[in-house]
Amino acid sequence: MNAPIIETKNLGVEFWVDGQWVMAATDINFSVSPGEVLAVVGESGSGKSTSAMSLLGLLPVNGRASGSVKLAGEELIGAEKKRLRQIRGEEIAVIFQEPMTALNPVYTIGFQISEALKVHYPKMTKAEAKERALSLLAMVELPDPEKAFNSYPHQLSGGQRQRAMIAQSLSCDPKLLIADEPTTALDVTVQAEILDLLRNLNQKLQSGVILITHDMGVVADLADRILVMKDGHSVEQGTADQIFNRPQHPYTQTLLASVPKLGRSARRFFEIPKDAKPVLSMENVSIVYPKRGKVAAFTAAKNVSFEIYQGEILGLVGESGSGKTTVGRAAIGLLPVSEGSIKLIGEEIAGATQKQLRGLRQRTGVVFQDPGSSLNPRLPIGESIGEPLLLAKKAEGEKLNQIVEDLLDSVELPRNYRNRYPHELSGGQRQRVGIARAISLNPDLLIADEPTSALDVSVQARFLDLLLDLQDKLKFACLFISHDLAVVDTLAHRIAVMQHGELVEIGDRDQILNNPQNEYTRKLISAVPVPDPQEQRQRREARAKSKL
Amino acid sequence: MAKKPVSDETQSNREISIEQRETEGLSLGTIVRRRFFRHKAAVASLIVLFLIALLAFTSVGVVIGGSGKLVVNQETGRLIVDGLRIEGWWKYNWYENYPVLNSGGTPTLSLWPFQIGEHPFGQDTLGKDIFARVMRGIQQSLLVIALVGTIATLIGVIVGSVSGFFRGRLDSLLMRFTDVIIIIPTLVLGAVLGRTFGGNAVSLGILLGLIAWTGLARLVRAEFLSLREREFVDAARVAGASNARIIFRHILPNAIGVIVVNATLLMSAAILIETSLSYLGFGIVAPDISLGQIISEYNEAFKTRPWLFWYPGLFIVLIALAINFVGDGLRDAFDPRQRRLPRQGGAWQDLKKLIAERGQK
Repeated sequence: MNAPIIETKNLGVEFWVDGQWVMAATDINFSVSPGEVLAVVGESGSGKSTSAMSLLGLLPVNGRASGSVKLAGEELIGAEKKRLRQIRGEEIAVIFQEPMTALNPVYTIGFQISEALKVHYPKMTKAEAKERALSLLAMVELPDPEKAFNSYPHQLSGGQRQRAMIAQSLSCDPKLLIADEPTTALDVTVQAEILDLLRNLNQKLQSGVILITHDMGVVADLADRILVMKDGHSVEQGTADQIFNRPQHPYTQTLLASVPKLGRSARRFFEIPKDAKPVLSMENVSIVYPKRGKVAAFTAAKNVSFEIYQGEILGLVGESGSGKTTVGRAAIGLLPVSEGSIKLIGEEIAGATQKQLRGLRQRTGVVFQDPGSSLNPRLPIGESIGEPLLLAKKAEGEKLNQIVEDLLDSVELPRNYRNRYPHELSGGQRQRVGIARAISLNPDLLIADEPTSALDVSVQARFLDLLLDLQDKLKFACLFISHDLAVVDTLAHRIAVMQHGELVEIGDRDQILNNPQNEYTRKLISAVPVPDPQEQRQRREARAKSKL
Repeated sequence: MAKKPVSDETQSNREISIEQRETEGLSLGTIVRRRFFRHKAAVASLIVLFLIALLAFTSVGVVIGGSGKLVVNQETGRLIVDGLRIEGWWKYNWYENYPVLNSGGTPTLSLWPFQIGEHPFGQDTLGKDIFARVMRGIQQSLLVIALVGTIATLIGVIVGSVSGFFRGRLDSLLMRFTDVIIIIPTLVLGAVLGRTFGGNAVSLGILLGLIAWTGLARLVRAEFLSLREREFVDAARVAGASNARIIFRHILPNAIGVIVVNATLLMSAAILIETSLSYLGFGIVAPDISLGQIISEYNEAFKTRPWLFWYPGLFIVLIALAINFVGDGLRDAFDPRQRRLPRQGGAWQDLKKLIAERGQK
């Protein structure tokens, strides 16, 4: 057994908040050996990122770390700033979540990698640095290293940017790599490639990796050992096999249980009633963002046709930029349609006036993606929920209060929350408020645009249950937009798949998941990481085989 | 049934992360007020401003209405200001000449031994009481500040929000109009218009207000451009809200931080503009008085009678500083990212540590 690269003892992190020290993480003990991947798993606010950042001394100004962190025997807590600067990049490197913001947009990729090299090896010449940078870019399997070297971050795709980030972090052969949610900002198919790359590099370079993530599928794919964190405490630690197959702590068990699994949910079947009219029907709809200045016109959706009937949930799946949100917004008239026809409850909304739209909108509800931005921060949530009712002149005063309280009950929030402001609520609670507002007018059509992408898995599971219950009760038609196939699987009756603005496949849920007809759909399904190490390994091997 | 809310409450607490914990259970107004009152300089400035205003308005009294010109009272034969005069507790007027008491009119105010005397801020060559003049000057300056602040904020907010919200042609039109106002120097425009429309505080305040809104309009427009893309605006639109409701109920309250802060900065700039205009002779003209005008009137006596400048200058600086500090306090209070930290790190602490280490060696 090799000596561990890094070892922590009673590591704790505290933050100075409003005149007192608040604990963010405490008593964290772990070690990483060469070639090993330790996954730190937990929900947001569990202290997983903060404890990893404290290894580097990269806490915010109001934070402090205690305990002991030993990097190959050297104590890092309380080390001099100069020494810590040396260690960063050279011994410990970090891969950040969002490569677009972590890379400096005004410098080329090549410049940024050479810069990191020159800081740590001042004697290196420009030519040597370039040579090394090119070999690094080749190592992360970028198709054309020379071209990538001279590109600016915005000229690369998301996956390529993340590869460039990895190349930069590997530039000084670090002993330890901290990957902070390295694939969260990426699409599933790209995510699968980046995970493959990380695994290969880890085997090749024999460095230790600390993988911070909330995605159990990613963990199953990469991790050798797992540390589960909750509220700043380490709850359970063990090998991947132990954690996934024999979790001891109840929190780990609930965490695993709330991860939606592809193809595991109960069969849901929906029969289109005869001679029923669709609530929403789209026929050959195209949406074009017009030319603005030098930016050419962009076709976000073309020839999209589908129908949703009362009581049905249609899942709309696709990767970022596939036009799924565009379709959802066009369905309620937030975007103008350039071709085709959209009928909402029998009325045409392509080319409808604002006044006509306002009437139709009273029969639709929308749950937006980001609960932090979709509620007005200066309005108490009771007012946000009641606004559609007030504007539709359905209720006022005491009656409105009554309805708002009933709505809060129905989304399982305490009634006294009506006077609270959005920032006093957690993400999951805010999203419940979003639902309450969307169903306040008892709509015929509910559009949910990635409502769970900002939520933790356990919160997401409760949210999806709630949405299903409400849909059962109120029988509205629902267009559920998501990038996550597993989420769509748990609630949709039918699934539609979009790619590059086109609807490539639409069909019954079981047919799409078990017998996809389209090449892209197949690729999408095979790329979804499964929260089970063995199954994930099989899928990985199958994928590698199909590539050859 | 009684048990359920409790479990919901603990559930909700579980979901609240560290960042949110500190704001639990507080409304935004409370947070802003608390943060503001923690800002000691801002609170002190607010008190100073209030005391200055109290002193200025009660000491020499006010004149309401009238032409503001000096007329002779037929009964007593003394000069009075046209309009409704409410007397204050100070025995002298700002427009009458009194016998010069101290040689050359030096101030009678002394700190040790403490005494106020007949003319605490001194007298000019004609025997006018400088204390009364300065108090009247402060009144006029504060009036100008209030008018400029209100008018410029109102126009700036309306122009900025309309062009930021509607964008397109209306936006270009309004912004080009703003540019036209910006490129004309405020002093020149103020001087020309001030001459034309008479030299009292009310008209000057209104005029300056009509010129000074441009910066605020641009800031508010920028704020609206970013806020209108937020999802809650879409959510309001889906709920059936009209444009006016979206502007006033949804976007404007979120831009209030920028507006309040900029308005205070505008007001402290206004006192300086008023002072410089009056100094140039275009602002408030005799027989009325402003702080700038006092300095301008005596500018040839700078060496022989310096006290004629001390007091108006002191109050100009005091008022401008106090308003700036209040603005600072408001900005910090409205900015949620502002956190108070224990002193650690930073250049000063590094230096201290370095010295301590040297000492040990």
